This record gives sequence, C-alpha cells and structure tokens, in this order.
Amino acid sequence: MSPNLVIALTAALAACACALVGVFLVLRRMALMADAISHAILPGLVAGYWLARGPNVVAGFFGASAAGLLTVWLTESLTRSRRVKEDTAIGLVFPALFALGVLLVSRFFSNVHLDTDAVLFGEIAFAPLETWRLGGRDVGPTALWSLGALTTLNAAFLTLFYKELKLSTFDPGLAAALGFAPAVIHYALMGMVAVTTVGGFTAVGAILVIALIIVPPVTASLLTERLPTLIALSVAVGVAGSLIGFQLASAWDVSIGGMIVSTLGVVFGVALLLAPRKGLVAQSLRHARLRRQFAREALVVHLATHEGTALEDSECRPAHLQEELLWTADMASRTVAEAQAAGLVQPVDREGHLHLTDRGREVAEDVAKR
Amino acid sequence: MNVLRDLFLDYTLRNIALGAAVLGLVSGVLGSFAVLRRQGLMGDALSHAALPGICLAYLLTGSKAPLVLMLGAAAAGWLGMVLILRIVRHTRIDPNSALGIVLTVFFGFGVVLLTVLQKRNDAGQAGLDKFLFGQAAAMTQEQVATMAVLGGAALLVVALLYKEFKLLAFDPEFARSLALPTRSLDLLLTSLLVVAVVIGLNTVGVVLMSAMLVAPGAAARQWTDSLSKMLALAGAFGAASGIAGAVLSVTAERIPTGPVIILCVTLIVIVSLLFGSARGLVWEWLRQARHRREMRAAMAAEGGTTP
Repeated sequence: MSPNLVIALTAALAACACALVGVFLVLRRMALMADAISHAILPGLVAGYWLARGPNVVAGFFGASAAGLLTVWLTESLTRSRRVKEDTAIGLVFPALFALGVLLVSRFFSNVHLDTDAVLFGEIAFAPLETWRLGGRDVGPTALWSLGALTTLNAAFLTLFYKELKLSTFDPGLAAALGFAPAVIHYALMGMVAVTTVGGFTAVGAILVIALIIVPPVTASLLTERLPTLIALSVAVGVAGSLIGFQLASAWDVSIGGMIVSTLGVVFGVALLLAPRKGLVAQSLRHARLRRQFAREALVVHLATHEGTALEDSECRPAHLQEELLWTADMASRTVAEAQAAGLVQPVDREGHLHLTDRGREVAEDVAKR
Repeated sequence: MNVLRDLFLDYTLRNIALGAAVLGLVSGVLGSFAVLRRQGLMGDALSHAALPGICLAYLLTGSKAPLVLMLGAAAAGWLGMVLILRIVRHTRIDPNSALGIVLTVFFGFGVVLLTVLQKRNDAGQAGLDKFLFGQAAAMTQEQVATMAVLGGAALLVVALLYKEFKLLAFDPEFARSLALPTRSLDLLLTSLLVVAVVIGLNTVGVVLMSAMLVAPGAAARQWTDSLSKMLALAGAFGAASGIAGAVLSVTAERIPTGPVIILCVTLIVIVSLLFGSARGLVWEWLRQARHRREMRAAMAAEGGTTP
C-alpha cells in the first residue's frame, strides 16, 4: 500500500470510529468529556508504562483506558455531591490528572520518549511507518489494524445496544423505570469514548480525535432530527472532511491533522449558515417572514377595531400607524403595501384612508380568536 | 529557609512566584464568576482557541515580544468566545458542543499555522508552541509586568461593575428587568476570562489553564455564601497556590512549575470540599451519622423493632 493510501484509510477509519461514539456523546450534551478524557489519560499511560517497565503499547492502552474511566467516575461523583456543577467538576478533574501525568513524566520518565506535546498533537503522517509484525511477517500498518478494530468494536456496541443507548439518551427517566440501568449504559458509552480516544490519539493525535468525535455529529445535528440519519450523516461528514483535509494538507504541505480539523470547521460553518431549517440564514428568513406577517395582522386588527366607530376617520390613516403602532414611516408604508397586495385592505380616498376587505375582516377575526 | 530567602532575592524564582501569584489572583477572581455562571469549561476552550492568534501575531509582526503574542492570543480567544456565545444564543446546539467545536477547530487551525511557520525555516519561530505549554521557568520581569498590568485592569473592571456582575451571575432575568444591558455585561464579563487565559497561557499552559480558572472559585465556594468573600478567598487561594507551586518546583530538579501549581490548587479544592465551613462534605457525613444514631435511639425507646 502506498503511504498516502494508508494515511487516507487511517483518517477515514478514525472518522468512523469517532463519529459512532460522538453522536451519543453530543446528544447527551457531554461533548467536552472527549477533551477531558483525552488529557486525563496521561497518568494512566505513565502507570501502564511503569508497570510494564517500558513503553509497552498494551499496558499503556489499559492504563490509559482505566484513567479515562476514573475521570468519568470522579466527575460524576463530584457532580452528585452537589458541591460543584458538572462543568466545574470536569474542569477540576482532568487538569489535575493531566498535571499529575506531566509531573510523573518529567520526574521519572524524562529519558523515555514520551513527549507531553505528542499527547496533544500526535501525528497521523507517521501512520504508514509503524507496521505490525505478526510471527515475523509484516501484516501492515499498526494504525490501520487498531483503528479498524476500534471501528468494528464501536459499530458492534452501537448495534447491540442501540435501543438502550437511544432510550437512555433521550429519556433517562423512562429508561430507568423500564429497568435499562442508564448508569450502566452511561459508563459503557464513556468506556467506549475512553477506548476510542486512547486508540485514536496514538494513531492520529488527540486534537484530531476530539474534533472527529465532536464536530461531525454537531454538524449532522443541524441537518436532521432522526437518529439513524444522524449517525449516517456524522460518519459521512467525518470521512469526507478527513479525505478533503488530507488532500489539502498534501497540496499545501501543512499538518494533516490540523488541516482535517480545519476542513471540518469549514464544513460546520457552512452547515451552520446554510442548513435548510436550522441554519442561521433560514432562521433569519423565517423570522423576517413572521415579523412581516405579524405586522400585517396588527394592521388589520387595528383597522377592524376602529371600523365603523366615530374615530375611524382619524385612526385609519397610514400616518397614524406610526403613532399608534410605533412603526417607522418605512415600516408603515411597506406593511400597507403588502396588506394591499394580499387583498386584506384597500385605500378608499386620496388621503390614503384604509378600509378592510372582506378577507381582511376574516383575518382580523381569526387573529382575535387566537 | 534558603528557598524563602531566594523568593525575595533570586531573580528567576522571584519572577516565577510573582507571575504565578498574579495569575492565581486574577484567574481566581474572574474564574469565580465562571464557576457561578456554569462557564467552567470556557477557559479550556478559550486557551486552545488562542493558538492561531499567537501564530498569526508572529506571522504578521515577526516579533515574539510577550505583549504582541498576548494580544494575538487575546484576539483569537475573544473571537472564539464571541462565536461560542453566538452559536449558543442562535441555535439549539448545546454549550458543551459549541465549546468543543471552537476549541478543536481553532486549535487545529493553529496547528496548521505552526507547520506553516516551521516551513519558513527561520530560527525565530522556535519555541512559539512553548508559549502554549507554559514555561514558567523562563519568565522575565517584562512578562510579569505585562501580566500585572493586564490583570490589574481586569480586576479594576470587576471592582467598578461589581454590583452589575453580581446581579448577572445570580439573577440575569432580574438584571434584564432592571433594564441593565445584560448582553453587553455578559460579553464584558466573559471577555475578562480571555484576559485571565492570556495571562495564564505563559505560566501554566493551555491544558492546565481551565483548572486555574475553575479551582480557586470552586474551593472558595465551599467556605462562604457571600460573593465578595468568595472572590477574596478565590484570589487568595489562587495566589497562594501560584507561590507554593513556584517554590516547590525549585526545591527539586525536573519538576515543572505549571503542573505543580495545579496540583497545589487541586489540594486546596479537596480540603475545601471535605472541610469547607459552608458546605464541607465531612460535616454533612457527621450530621447524617448523628441523625441515624438518634433515629435508632428513638426507635429503641419506643420499643419498636429496629430494622
């Protein structure tokens, strides 16, 4: 396999593995738990290396995963003690563990190659270089194997516990009442996040893992409300962002991980602006439409109130609308024009006195009934 | 006692201790508001978001002066903050996700810029990433002075707008009903967090900054229900752990300052959680044990069967 193909495959697999757990993490509003875990695993990694007397991948993996779960447990316990709120609990726990890890590294492992910077940056560009040897035979890059296993694991977890995950995410109370043990599901999910983070950061770097966990699901959530579509879209966004980012990084010769994250950021930005219903543009168009509709209704109700009264003559002029409804001249003339076009009102004389049409009267009655 | 003498006489140690104390004081006070307003993770996002600002500041000016880099960091951090507030206000994306997106995307873009700088192959960029990981040991008098001025300005703003910020933290609805400009106040108070983050990056680094903001306030909260006392305590806790971390890190070799500061402040948090006079857990456990004993005694006196 060519190095470029290995990197592209690694990135795509990482995107799949991360998006699968990321969807539920984001739905549970715990996105930053991924960031917290990715930092807090450092002391676990060190402990694993210490127990194995060297940078042993397996020992490091288990140590780091244990530290990830410890983070979750500490955060939960702190929150449950009701002495601090959840965000504060997270903000207390992971830096403390990370600080402990950095201290251990610099005190006892300064001669071993375990760079604290690497915990944050990682380097996907090295993915093709480290190959896995099985029985003396080279069976391909380690990153592909580990991320392939992670993706399979996460997909299996999701398939097996789909119903439980769905229910405990959207209605934890009902899940508990039905005996689904939301706490168990919660820890299982957090365990998967920890394992994904640990497995991912050695292959592609922590910042890319966190981005792949958070950004695609949030982007997808702007585009759909259905869970299966959400999962599929998250995977698609993650994979597409990874491949495009990788191409751009190769073209401009910059950090691959950084470029993938930046690309995901651009994709999110586009979705944020242009998403069909939840996008900012669609939203402001909807707001503007509602505002104009409300203005038209205010106009017909105002006219209906004074219709046939002694004050009709003074009340039903466009100029008066500016005083009564506090509209600008521009707003008043625009609303009158629109109401006229919609066949709700008609001018009756040269001074612009307005009368309701039959349809306008109907609308006014409807509004009054609301 | 040598360490104590060095604290006043040794140039390096004095700078580290002073810088860490300034950081602890400022982030303790400003972070208390973040703790109360459920923005505990804002510091984490803002400190990561600062990276592209630092790179761009260097790219544009070619200078590594602390003030230049700090301004760059502040600009990027502030932009990130505005984006977070906007996303939360205008969409149904939850705050946690908004923080996560800004954190990763800004930081990822910063990593790209770092590689661009590295490619230019000038020696000047070396160590730019160190700005993010904290290098308290290399703190200069110039940096300490810059930190003190920025931090002092931020504390002054808090002092001037104390009443408004207090209302905003505890009852934003009421503040709005009084026709206070809550949105501007919210923006200003969160902007002050950016100042604290910028001051702290240099000392404790990106990752540990969030604890520096959150921990002193969380500890102080366990001792008092009054905001003014909480702010004072948080400032004191922050400054004390800064100085303690600086002193401890020079007592032995190969002990990085930033992590030690964080471990000191974490220790204060643990003690406060357990023994804090207002909400300490130990007092609650003792109270519960006493209630159980009394309950048992009462049931025994009634002659009923004890469960």
